[in-house]
Amino acid sequence: MQTKNIMIVGVGGQGSLLASKLLGRLLVDEGYDVKVSEVHGMSQRGGSVVTYVRYGDKVYSPIIEDGEADFIVSFEKIEAARWLPCLKKDGKIIVNTQQIDPMPVIIGKAQYPADALEKIKEEGAFVDAIDALSIANDAGNAKAVNIVLMARLAKYFDIGYDKWINSIENTVAPKFVELNKKAFELGYNY
Amino acid sequence: MKELLIGNAAVARGLYEAGCNVISSYPGTPSTEITEFAAKYDEIYCEWAPNEKVACEVAFGASLRGARSACAMKHVGLNVAADPLFTLSYTGVNGGMVICVADDPGMHSSQNEQDSRHYAIASKIPMLEPADSQEAYDFAKKAFELSEKYDTPVLLRMCTRIAHSQSIVETGERTEAGVKDYEKNPEKYIMMPANAKKRHPFVEERTRKFVELAEDCEFNRIEYTDSKIGVITSGASYQYVKEALGDSVSVFKLGIVNPLPEKSIIEFASKMDKVYVIEELDGIIEAHCNSLGIKVCGKELFTCIGEFSQKTIAKAMGKDDKETYDLGMDIPMRPPMMCAGCPHRGMYYALAKNKITVLGDIGCYTLGATPPLFALDSTLCMGASVSGLHGFNKAGGSESEGKSVCVIGDSTFMHSGVTGLINIAYNGSNSTVIILDNSITGMTGHQQNPTTGYNIKGDPASKIDLETLCRSVGINRVRVVDPYDLKECEKVVKEELSANEPSVIISRIPCVLLKSVKPKKPLVVNKDKCKGCKKCMSFGCPAISMHDGKAEIDKTLCVGCDVCTQLCPFDAIERQVEE
Repeated sequence: MQTKNIMIVGVGGQGSLLASKLLGRLLVDEGYDVKVSEVHGMSQRGGSVVTYVRYGDKVYSPIIEDGEADFIVSFEKIEAARWLPCLKKDGKIIVNTQQIDPMPVIIGKAQYPADALEKIKEEGAFVDAIDALSIANDAGNAKAVNIVLMARLAKYFDIGYDKWINSIENTVAPKFVELNKKAFELGYNY
Repeated sequence: MKELLIGNAAVARGLYEAGCNVISSYPGTPSTEITEFAAKYDEIYCEWAPNEKVACEVAFGASLRGARSACAMKHVGLNVAADPLFTLSYTGVNGGMVICVADDPGMHSSQNEQDSRHYAIASKIPMLEPADSQEAYDFAKKAFELSEKYDTPVLLRMCTRIAHSQSIVETGERTEAGVKDYEKNPEKYIMMPANAKKRHPFVEERTRKFVELAEDCEFNRIEYTDSKIGVITSGASYQYVKEALGDSVSVFKLGIVNPLPEKSIIEFASKMDKVYVIEELDGIIEAHCNSLGIKVCGKELFTCIGEFSQKTIAKAMGKDDKETYDLGMDIPMRPPMMCAGCPHRGMYYALAKNKITVLGDIGCYTLGATPPLFALDSTLCMGASVSGLHGFNKAGGSESEGKSVCVIGDSTFMHSGVTGLINIAYNGSNSTVIILDNSITGMTGHQQNPTTGYNIKGDPASKIDLETLCRSVGINRVRVVDPYDLKECEKVVKEELSANEPSVIISRIPCVLLKSVKPKKPLVVNKDKCKGCKKCMSFGCPAISMHDGKAEIDKTLCVGCDVCTQLCPFDAIERQVEE
């Protein structure tokens, strides 16, 4: 099988780490060679963060480059636009419609490009946009945005629902398992 | 067992299984997790040392006594540990010793892009370089064996991508290595001239033997396809080469990057129509090939600047054919910044407001250089703010003494700031040193240090009292200030700048991200009182933004530090009543 590429992008502190952990575990259990890569360091809080998940028969590079991503899962609206050049021409974007103002916008030096998603669609890219924050709140905690988005990603995979749930049970701290299973269910059936 | 591990965790696992008994390190991205993961194994004694030199020397002592030992640091940390490193090459080891060093091509979190392979060459110490987590694990284990067999410390070189990428590792069980007997051996371990003169030939002979190993060793492997194009590479670059070029080229993958083999490289090159050397950072393998009289294509195509990827390789080889989307719109950046409620911000505001020259240091507080505060004038290396300020003031005289300070974090001060302070006291500059004490090593992700009162395992430990330390080196004026109190910050800074002797200001509030810190209730803007003057936005708190001409506070970010309320001329920022 040719290597598949998933990018998880967002803003530091949104919980993309758990999402990639979940995905990595699931794909290893499915028998794939897997590489998951993220950069820890200066850009943690409030910075733009990106995690690369690659899987297949044999994975070499840990990173995903321009025109290579099969999926971009974006935790924030304009992060999808920032990383769009990485998307394959037939790739898919799953995006949380939440808006988080970056510092240049906060201090009035730049405008938030509110029409980013429309522009992406105009370019012909496949966009699955959902209000993951509201769904997470419905599940009981705003922090479950990551699981809601993973549930959305799961819709495009040939991996059974139970296996995703299994992976949640194996990666999430026991006291948050029920909450996250609920969030997954709501995201999956949305 | 099959596990998905980041490279650093794999190194820790390898050290553990090889029977490593002692690890001493100083945190530094991207090396920190090696020691953090190792500390989870009760069989290994692990510690955070005050700096890399101490860490390396602790590992030396443990090796001398007969234990397998290790230390880990980032590339610039090896500069600090370079002094023991070069002579460790001469003494060799008793118990095996591994020095892990992590380079940061692309400078994700570093002040320079130095290539630590130069240290291996200069100190004549063998260096291994893994290309994924499995190799990180294998090489860490094997490094101890080689260390003991060849009587040398072994360098294990990581880079950001390998250190922080997870890939599958087949792990095993720990084999106890025990602690060997210690026998006094002055000729080997006392490096004074007469003895060192005898050890240097040993080092040269050892290198010759290691070259022989490198010629025929599982760590240096050839993946032969055909004779058109040959690529010599190592580490992360190997992965990018395979990704971009697949089986269209033959590859000589080096796992031992110092010393480099000779015969096998000559033989490989002689079979190829054309040879490329693809290596991140400096052209070290390329220079080696040139010295062997092999014509290669290297740095003319593959830059010594920044991090590579499969795209770098494909582009240079004329094979970049990926179609991409282009939105043609500017996306506002999300630069790294100090957190909402960061205690450093209040002090920086006071310094920036009074246009004070600030020599900075290495840590989260380097971000004080960014807009809107622009509070810093320099950042060089760990500890340089304190010693630099002394030089700045000696050159600038009383005029600069009256309007210049340095800022340094608690951990960085313990690392190498205190020596600069001793110099200030001893050589008498009227300098004002500000220690930004947030009670943790922040930037690298909350490691304990000698000022926090806890060790790497989180158990209580001896706690350095900064006030007493500063006084004891000869500073009479030592003051503690609450950086959330803007007026007090300004007052204290002005007073100490005008004092006629050196002083230390300890700006002390714990990092708001510490679990032990309970945030206060978020502040709220009274929309009736807010005039939209944007004064509250002048200190760069990410929790404050403007909407419809009025300030708004993000309640998920605000920790109620109260600094913005002191800035508001209209008392529009209010504290909700605590429940």
